[in-house]
Amino acid sequence: MSVTFTLDGRSVEAADGETIWQAAARHGVAIPHLCYSPAPGYRADGNCRACMVEIDGERTLAASCIRQPTEGMAVHSASDRAATAQRGVMELLVADQPPRAQAYDKDSLFWRMADACGTTTSRYPAGLRPNPDTSHPAMTVRLDACIHCGLCVRACREVQVNDVIAMAHRGPHSQIVFDVGDAMGASTCVGCGECVQACPTGALAPANDALLETIDRDVDSVCPYCGVGCQLTYHVKDDALVYVSGRDGPANQGRLCVKGRFGFDYVSHPQRLKTPLIRKDGVAKSLHPDVDPSNPSSHFREATWEEALEVAAKGLRDIRDTKGGAGLAGFGSAKGSNEEAYLFQKMVRAGFGTNNVDHCTRLCHASSVAALMETIGSGAVTAPFAEVKNTEVIVVIGSNTSVNHPVAATFFKNAVKNGTELIVLDPRGEALGRHATHMVQFKPGTDVALLNAIMHVIVEEDLVDHNYIAGYTDGFAALRDHLKAFSPEAMAEVCGVPPDTLREIARIYGRARSAMIFWGMGISQHIHGTDNARCLISLALMCGQIGRPGTGLHPLRGQNNVQGASDVGLIPMFYPDYTHVEDEAVRARFESLWNAKLDPKNGLTVVEITDAIHDGVIEGMYIMGENPAMSDPNLNHTRAALAKLKHLVVQDIFLTETACYADVILPASAFPEKNGTFTNTDRRVQLGRLALPLPGDARQDLWIIQEVARRLGLDWHYAHPRDVFAEMRACMPSIKGITWERLERESAVTYPCDDEQHAGHEVIFGDGFPTPSKRGRFVPAAIIPPDEPTDPDYPFVLSTGRLLEHWHTGAMTRRADVLDDLEPEAHAHLAPNDVEALGLEGGQRVRLATRRGAIELAVRIDSGVPEGMVFMPFCYAEAAANLLTNPALDPFGKIPEFKFCAVKVEPIPAD
Amino acid sequence: MTAETKTAPHPGKGRRKGRRTERGRQPSAQSLRDVAAILEGETPDRHLLLEYLHRIQDRHHGISAQHIAALAHHMRLSMAEIYEVASFYAHLDVHREDEEAPPPLTVRICDSLSCAMAGAEQLFADVAGAAGAEVRVVRAPCMGRCDTAPVAEVGRNHIGGATALAVRTAIEAGDTAARAPVRTAAIDSAYAEFDACAGGQRRAGQVMETVGAAGLRGLGGAGFPAARKWQFVLAEPKPRVLAVNADEGEPGTFKDRHYLETEPRRVLEGALIAAWAIEAEDIYFYLRDEYPHVHDTLRKEIAALEASGRALPRITLRRGAGAYICGEESAMLESMEGNRPLPRHRPPFPAQVGLFGRPTLAHNVETLYWIPHILANGPDWFTDQGTNGCKGPRSYSVSGRVRDPGVKLAPAGITVRDLIDQYCGGMQDGHTFAAYLPGGASGGILPASLGDVPLDFGTLEPHGAFIGSAAVIVLSDQDDMRDAALNLMRFFADESCGQCTPCRVGTEKAVTLMQDGAWDTALLRDLGQTMRDASICGLGQAAPNVFDTLMRYFPEAVR
Repeated sequence: MSVTFTLDGRSVEAADGETIWQAAARHGVAIPHLCYSPAPGYRADGNCRACMVEIDGERTLAASCIRQPTEGMAVHSASDRAATAQRGVMELLVADQPPRAQAYDKDSLFWRMADACGTTTSRYPAGLRPNPDTSHPAMTVRLDACIHCGLCVRACREVQVNDVIAMAHRGPHSQIVFDVGDAMGASTCVGCGECVQACPTGALAPANDALLETIDRDVDSVCPYCGVGCQLTYHVKDDALVYVSGRDGPANQGRLCVKGRFGFDYVSHPQRLKTPLIRKDGVAKSLHPDVDPSNPSSHFREATWEEALEVAAKGLRDIRDTKGGAGLAGFGSAKGSNEEAYLFQKMVRAGFGTNNVDHCTRLCHASSVAALMETIGSGAVTAPFAEVKNTEVIVVIGSNTSVNHPVAATFFKNAVKNGTELIVLDPRGEALGRHATHMVQFKPGTDVALLNAIMHVIVEEDLVDHNYIAGYTDGFAALRDHLKAFSPEAMAEVCGVPPDTLREIARIYGRARSAMIFWGMGISQHIHGTDNARCLISLALMCGQIGRPGTGLHPLRGQNNVQGASDVGLIPMFYPDYTHVEDEAVRARFESLWNAKLDPKNGLTVVEITDAIHDGVIEGMYIMGENPAMSDPNLNHTRAALAKLKHLVVQDIFLTETACYADVILPASAFPEKNGTFTNTDRRVQLGRLALPLPGDARQDLWIIQEVARRLGLDWHYAHPRDVFAEMRACMPSIKGITWERLERESAVTYPCDDEQHAGHEVIFGDGFPTPSKRGRFVPAAIIPPDEPTDPDYPFVLSTGRLLEHWHTGAMTRRADVLDDLEPEAHAHLAPNDVEALGLEGGQRVRLATRRGAIELAVRIDSGVPEGMVFMPFCYAEAAANLLTNPALDPFGKIPEFKFCAVKVEPIPAD
Repeated sequence: MTAETKTAPHPGKGRRKGRRTERGRQPSAQSLRDVAAILEGETPDRHLLLEYLHRIQDRHHGISAQHIAALAHHMRLSMAEIYEVASFYAHLDVHREDEEAPPPLTVRICDSLSCAMAGAEQLFADVAGAAGAEVRVVRAPCMGRCDTAPVAEVGRNHIGGATALAVRTAIEAGDTAARAPVRTAAIDSAYAEFDACAGGQRRAGQVMETVGAAGLRGLGGAGFPAARKWQFVLAEPKPRVLAVNADEGEPGTFKDRHYLETEPRRVLEGALIAAWAIEAEDIYFYLRDEYPHVHDTLRKEIAALEASGRALPRITLRRGAGAYICGEESAMLESMEGNRPLPRHRPPFPAQVGLFGRPTLAHNVETLYWIPHILANGPDWFTDQGTNGCKGPRSYSVSGRVRDPGVKLAPAGITVRDLIDQYCGGMQDGHTFAAYLPGGASGGILPASLGDVPLDFGTLEPHGAFIGSAAVIVLSDQDDMRDAALNLMRFFADESCGQCTPCRVGTEKAVTLMQDGAWDTALLRDLGQTMRDASICGLGQAAPNVFDTLMRYFPEAVR
């Protein structure tokens, strides 16, 4: 209900819930403010008192930022008394600031407000100046500029909910602190930088004094790292990135994580590939990556683009023309744009003549997508993660969300603060668990036992949604019978969760009016990954938790464009929009559209391609923006295959571990150097905008693909990514309503989208599924144990994953100064009791060995790791985790079991 | 079969070793055990954070950063969430690994105005000079015992009329426990009035009318008509709460302590009657930590009530931790919720959204004290006790240069001259009445020439002062007005919660400016205006009374 009141004599209307300040701003009346931020997620706190207004009939003045007007109220924002109070407050604050010429943010809100008040000097004596804290590599803390507005506290405690910052002590001794008054760099701070973005004075600022630089241009773009797809702004000076701020996009609402905000300088790392490289004659490909990326001349010589493109294409042509397309394979990139991915798969299909095209989704959510396609006919999420604001219950399983989708996790935490119940299921404890009502650590590899037991209770206690089952599903009867054998009592031993807990969780989910399930690699990266996902889908179907506000299934997509890369057909069994390669009508359509004869058989997947190389079937590969020499399982086997290839073309921005095996290396474009569309985990297509020129003689990925394609006989003339996008639209009904021009205007559009005016459907499948019957299928799952159980020789479970600071194989982030500084060294994470039992200390070096390989690295004591497990990230080339991992595949998704294999841990005596 | 990659190149700088553990301080096994022990098997309740911190402080003479990490682990909070609360309060000593833990015994010397006038500075120097390493000697604000100034606290043992010898004797004898007060059981209540209410002999409406007719106003200082507050709260939905504000902290005030020591049951009875009238399910008693003997007494009396077989609301006793601002009603509620005790913004008011979000009626101890008396004797008995046109009795806490300091139950509207002459035996020898504080540190400093102004709500305001909690401190020609004013302003700077600019920065700037030889009166006047107009709560709004009244009535002192 709106409210009418008078402001400075003028009648104005305030919308429901609007404060005096907000209503005034909307009517062009700018009341000074410091501690109030209009950015999304920031509650008003009314503490700086710069926004005082006079209200008729009230003895004291009121803070307009925190006060809602009532009907007929008379407010004066610029009366003598109000203006005097505003200036009085500013004068007190100016007294203690560093001199303006030495401000830490030359464009600070503080000094702009001081100017607006006409109060830029102070008669008051200055107070004591606290010392700076420069302990954090990304941020500088200079509290001599702090005005105690508490925006950083709200940033850390209410927006990102990392809970590191507090205002400690009291009165004039009040001080911003981290943890228990610790240096920022020694604290639990995760480096998200929300506090820096919120600070109105520059007291908290980026460490490189970025806020003192004069910026040439601001370019609105998207983050290149994870599937959350945060919108950001690049601030550019002298054609280099100076700093990054969060932008208010539909996914992130202004938030970023440490990678997106502080991990941008890899773009200008000296090891950027700047000229094409050709392997020197006679230089053999050794099994171990041994090329120094700073000086590859030991193995490679520089070449012109003409020569390099010709050598690259000729090698591929020769194999194609002698062995046929089956002798070739291509890995496209989930980090590249939709346009690049679309052209890459088109080139492989129309140019190589094979469907051997894949990308790292194979190692990620391939099993989830397989299960989703099989059961509900669509591999994408049914609701965006923002939908948690409408849900009663959030279930997170097999996802360390605050590490791998940090900004998405902030919205989970916001929902919890608002009363939403959070259940976290994972063998490892995780940061998100502190906010959960239930943090359940079950035995690794027992997801099916756990989920079937939960479903058993839901069925037994009749918590199912009968109407939904009857109206929208098939196969419930078979599942119900199947679940009879999976009582909590029977499954407790198997999954390590007490029966009462299983029942409790089942009841919470079963009784919820709305509930959402989020999952990650813990579910998918198993040989029973498809089964795991089938169980999650069954759980949601039987309770009708799909298609309504606050409900849904959400496999959290990892790469910034893995959803898009999959959508455009960078997959061996699908053409764009998940149409089947082996469907004759579909193939005919694409043969017509692409004017080429196409292979009628499904292609091979990532791990299968490795085996095919060893079998001599595949002899040539083109790898773009992927690093299988670090990301594939059983690296000795994978690397041997790469080394065995007759011809390997690698297109990348760095000389990666994979590029060490190349015959030709083509220097490509980094994310800020291209225009392209990218699709995040929520089905939001967003525009990445070019912010920087290319370094040296590096070229656009799109241009390189086209040049190679031409030399394979394809007559392509795409002048601009928008031309590619237009072609995509012609064969992809999923992006109906989305045009390049619309993306330029709106930055993001969510699909499915009815037409160009439609905002896009956030929550989908409210009236059935895209299956022939319009119904979803229950597919029961039996218990299949992990492929390689532990035994006396290899007694620990090895589980691999990621770190907050590093992205996947580390190619980008280990070359980002702040990120590398935060996590400079490889560690094996073990439980405190295991470390003690092994006679080890934190930091001591150990040797990890599986049947496939061995590495040496330091130990980190991690209380989240269960006893009997070793956890490690796969980002450190000097201790490549995938040397150890098991390539056994899920039969449906063909995804390897990264989350479970048998390892032994041996202390290495200190020298 | 296996392969080693000791020398594999990598793109990192290899600049240093990584962390051996997870980010940030990890709780040790010992600190986890320490905290488990003080939690006594209870499931931790977020609202009881201050209670848990007290338990740690009491047992370990301090709270280490490790304790905070362990408590965070047990309570599923972050360290910052706990540290921000612990670091606010003067009675909680947090120490990090790089800091010394306090020694087992702390001696506090009160240095607020009455004690300063009685030689606290010298006492502090003497005691600190003689103390060994096992004793920490610190200054502390008003302990509510100004009638026996100077006051020292040895452990939990408060010594009035303290000398360095008395303090040393107490230290050496290990005499550190709180002393039980002298109770006059004969005059205390037996809950007859409450029983009549609960038994149906009275209706809540009648009782409210009676209390309204008596004109009972909030005697903590706000002066809000009590019965009207009951009506506001009754208009709100259940469940409702009664909060008793026993955080008496205004320098010069000790009347609440007096009633809690001598007639605790009557105070409880008043609380029970008020809670009954507003149908409250809970009574929360917030007692300042400087009255440990009262804490013991109340615990016993509440237990006796609970064992008496009466139908009662839940009565919870909570302990402050050394923060004057907790006497501010909404800050008190925040403290009880386990948060930093920062005053809340209004609206909404506590009557609508109070403790744990419930409609809350908050009352001062003395206000509750009078309720059973009013019911027993009738409203006129109460109103008739005033003088000079004012209504009702008033308990004046008188200290300073009078012969007989103490709680003086006198007619409201009495003048300070009459108070001194008729109730306090006149001025001390060698002291001529020169000035007085009519209402503690926040009520301003008035000259003796205004010694004939009736002391009540509304009578002092035209002179730039107010009665507040009726804490009267009498100054003489031997006292330096500037020193007195500076003492009071330092108090406010120490006690400011720090939430808002005018008070946080203003009190500190005022202290600095008041140390100048000649005060910058124009600047102080502007500062006072900013603080009055823009502070969130009464502390910031009233603190300027100190220098405003000094400049107005003692201009020669500040030139």
